[in-house]
Amino acid sequence: MSLFDYTLSEIHNKMNGGELSPTDLVDQAFKTIQERDNRVGAYLTLDEEQARATARKLDDKLKAGGERGLLFGLPVGIKDNIVTEGLRTTCASQFLSNFNPVYDATVTKKLRKADSVILGKMNMDEFAMGGSNENSSFHPVRNPWNLEHVPGGSSGGSAASVAAGEAYFTLGSDTGGSIRQPASYCGVVGLKPTYGLVSRFGLVAFASSLDQIGPITKNVEDSAYVLQAIAGYDSMDSTSANVEIPDYLSALTGDIKGLRIAVPKEYVGEGVDPVVKEKVMDALKVLEGLGATWEEVSLPHTEYAVATYYLLASSEASSNLARFDGVRYGVRSDNPANLLDLYHESRSQGFGPEVKRRIMLGTYALSSGYYDAYYLKAQKVRTLIKRDFDQVFEDFDIIIGPTAPTTAFKLGEQVDNPLTMYLNDILTIPVSLAGVPAVSVPCGFAEGLPVGMQIIGKAFDESTVLRVAHAYEQHTDFHKNRPTIVSE
Amino acid sequence: MNISNQDVQHVAKLARLNLTADEELVFTEQLNAILQYAEKLDGLNTENVEPTTHVLHLSNVMREDEERESLPIEKVFANAPEEEAGQFKVPAVLE
Repeated sequence: MSLFDYTLSEIHNKMNGGELSPTDLVDQAFKTIQERDNRVGAYLTLDEEQARATARKLDDKLKAGGERGLLFGLPVGIKDNIVTEGLRTTCASQFLSNFNPVYDATVTKKLRKADSVILGKMNMDEFAMGGSNENSSFHPVRNPWNLEHVPGGSSGGSAASVAAGEAYFTLGSDTGGSIRQPASYCGVVGLKPTYGLVSRFGLVAFASSLDQIGPITKNVEDSAYVLQAIAGYDSMDSTSANVEIPDYLSALTGDIKGLRIAVPKEYVGEGVDPVVKEKVMDALKVLEGLGATWEEVSLPHTEYAVATYYLLASSEASSNLARFDGVRYGVRSDNPANLLDLYHESRSQGFGPEVKRRIMLGTYALSSGYYDAYYLKAQKVRTLIKRDFDQVFEDFDIIIGPTAPTTAFKLGEQVDNPLTMYLNDILTIPVSLAGVPAVSVPCGFAEGLPVGMQIIGKAFDESTVLRVAHAYEQHTDFHKNRPTIVSE
Repeated sequence: MNISNQDVQHVAKLARLNLTADEELVFTEQLNAILQYAEKLDGLNTENVEPTTHVLHLSNVMREDEERESLPIEKVFANAPEEEAGQFKVPAVLE
């Protein structure tokens, strides 16, 4: 059994008992990365020297018996669109291949304050645009359960590394499902918090009204710990919500008696693989056995979510990515003829095809004559989608469905058809548009690949989401399964 | 709504992108497919529906108008492709 198979509480108990030190954990993390990451490809940048120095300081702190942070000694990988002072942050783009941030994101600061140890930066789809992690401009990530399959995206590196035991936990970012979908494909726990709960200061913006940072972990308890450490109001972020942060750990009671669950018929209908549906229905039986009840409901505007999302997210992306012009940071084209040529050439050389495609779509949707037909229309449909959720939450505590319609597909299988790829996110996108929290937890396997169940809650009710996920996890063993790559 | 090759060229110009001939062809086809899919939104009646720009009530973050230190100049230029005499250097705009 690897140290990475212990829960966070068990790790801390071992540290208290003197059986384990932060340096032991970091040693094991780098050993595992060395053994496996040439096959998985989850990391873009490693920071071994700094990680070991931090671990040594924590060793001293442990010996001295002083106050310890919530994530004491735990090795973490950070998605490469979250800035880390002095540690290269590329967004998996050639454009930022030489970019070293001069400040820390708020979540990075919080992780350091909680005494975790930053191992390095995780591979991703370029600028978080993609659902398979094949859009990294460095190299794709492979799914640890089957290396011929994708890990999901855009936080594919963050999810695959946890599944492969290459990081104790990681941070990802979720715009239309980019934490939950790869967590589902890789058989780990991925939480997208309510929009505004976790500061976005220092997250390289893709679609500002949707982006949210969240944890990817092996189990729900660890997820609650990490959320506790990173949630909270931040005056550096104008989209930060000033709400009281509850004690997420005390919410993990195991008690869900009387809980009312809604199951949208659109989430288990046409387009969802029958095996995926079967696993989620089995999971509902487990929850029923624990005293919850469930009923089928309708989220009638679900079928409009993907179109709405791609118009809104691409429009926001085209605006956010306008800052990448080769003047103040990033890669600059050689010998530009003039200033305009510098902009055009730097952007054309620096961005990959998916990023260009979304910038083009967004620029078109926002251009004169089309704004009302596309962007404004999509914002109105977003209202209808949000109302669907509000209505269901009047009568129910939680919504449950699959995280993705299928298990992880093969590398290269959908790469030439962006629309097909976009439809993989049909079950995660509505949640993002409504801004509510959701977690993906493993609920079974189909042909050796993990299936994820999505548990969706009311805004700022992460406590209930985590409570249900934890209760389910206590009565199943799916989260304890490990891919073959781990036992080799 | 059909997007022509010329539309794609125009949008690329607005987006400050140079596209190769191959990219133009592929993007014309793909953007048409995506926008055709997006036309399903037209079937929804959104009259009198308020647009949601943001799920949160937002107010601007304000601070006291007090003098404070700015980012050190070496940090400002730490990632600059080219700088000279305390300024970002770009090709001449005026001859």
